[in-house]
Amino acid sequence: MSLKGRDIVSIRDLSREEIDEILAAARRMIPYAEGTRSSGSLSGRIVVLAFFEPSTRTRLSFDAAAQRLGGRSLTIADASESSLRKGESLNDTIRMLAHYGDAIVLRHPNEGAARLAAMVSDRPVLNAGDGAGQHPTQTLVDLATIRESFGTLAGLRIVLLGDLRHGRTVHSLARALAIYGSAIRTVSPPGLSLPPEVAEQVVELGGEIQEEASLAKAVRDADVLYVTRLQKERFLDPAEYAQVAGSYRVDAAALQGARDRLVVMHPLPRTGEIAPELDATPRAAYFRQAFLAVPVRMALLGLVLNGKVP
Amino acid sequence: MGTVRELKIQPIRNGTVIDHIPNGRALDVLRILGLRALGSDSTVSVAIRVRSDKLGYKDIVKVENMELTARHLDALCLIAPSATISIIRDFKVRDKRVVDLPAAVTGILTCPNPSCISNVGEPIESEFEVARRRPVTLRCVYCERQVVDFLHHLRG
Repeated sequence: MSLKGRDIVSIRDLSREEIDEILAAARRMIPYAEGTRSSGSLSGRIVVLAFFEPSTRTRLSFDAAAQRLGGRSLTIADASESSLRKGESLNDTIRMLAHYGDAIVLRHPNEGAARLAAMVSDRPVLNAGDGAGQHPTQTLVDLATIRESFGTLAGLRIVLLGDLRHGRTVHSLARALAIYGSAIRTVSPPGLSLPPEVAEQVVELGGEIQEEASLAKAVRDADVLYVTRLQKERFLDPAEYAQVAGSYRVDAAALQGARDRLVVMHPLPRTGEIAPELDATPRAAYFRQAFLAVPVRMALLGLVLNGKVP
Repeated sequence: MGTVRELKIQPIRNGTVIDHIPNGRALDVLRILGLRALGSDSTVSVAIRVRSDKLGYKDIVKVENMELTARHLDALCLIAPSATISIIRDFKVRDKRVVDLPAAVTGILTCPNPSCISNVGEPIESEFEVARRRPVTLRCVYCERQVVDFLHHLRG
């Protein structure tokens, strides 16, 4: 089994063994990501960062990952400067980019864009978010964070809080957690619950999922509280957004009944869902989660380009 | 009884008979066949609400001088899974088949997700894979959106 040459479009494309392989490689990449060890394993390689939708941390963490391993990157950071703006199809753009680099990291506003790119590119395509669709590398970062905190991904109780309808990271995460047999509880404002097909998939994969109205009750015996922001940009109706804005906030009081081992995660950026008072407490795992983005993406680049990491 | 049926739909010399269409779906079947594409010498006969031992009521469509393409068959199996197809040559049934769900359905449905990359002018055909057989559920290979309501997403 090798991930060399593989596209990473959806978490569905990866088996449990492959996810384990990526997470193990990511763990080995931590000293390289911290800069305490160095490697030239991607020397001479070019990673194309094609970002047709705004992103800061995903793009920069991929960039850092490529450079830490001695690779270089080419960046499209703004759709308005690209040929897509001139009406070129994504199909043509990707064919061109596949000649310029060794792998393509793509973020695009339309769902399914990364799958299309993977079909037309003979270089590996890594999906860095396609509209409200998939964001598999973020899911791998989330899994790496949970595994680092608890040493396992099995048998945990995970609470997903927030905009579970639009939040693409929670859809992939719920699916991945089901594969590992962790129990999921969801808490969301009215109208923003997990889409039924995602909940069905979790059950089909043998996972357990339950909706909970009260956050205090949901976190009582939980191991992880995974918080997401309201995806303002995905609301079609601003009035609908205004109704739910600010409807949930995690602070010390909200976690009073939780176990000591509970950690709080967030894919960031946060917009007020987590009180800064939690930042200095052992519960705050979100900054570690942001750091782990680099070793996880180093592992992915190493595995799809070389089939291995240093 | 047999005589009465023959009066309802005339026999055809050459063409296709699509029988056992679920009652009320005949017009959707005509849509799939794309009547405008047929030659002017093609007579199309439609029988709606015909008594059937198997289905209670059924619809039947007969089209002269036309044989179905693979694409027609894929579409039929989505909206008329019970249909049987007889190929008629010189008034005789030359071939008879039932429709069967293919592994992939290409170019027949539009993805229900308006923001799917298959709906924004890329030079690609829509493509769905079978997510579940009962009830038939298709999944867009691009955006992974699932579809069960095929009638509303047939390409015009």
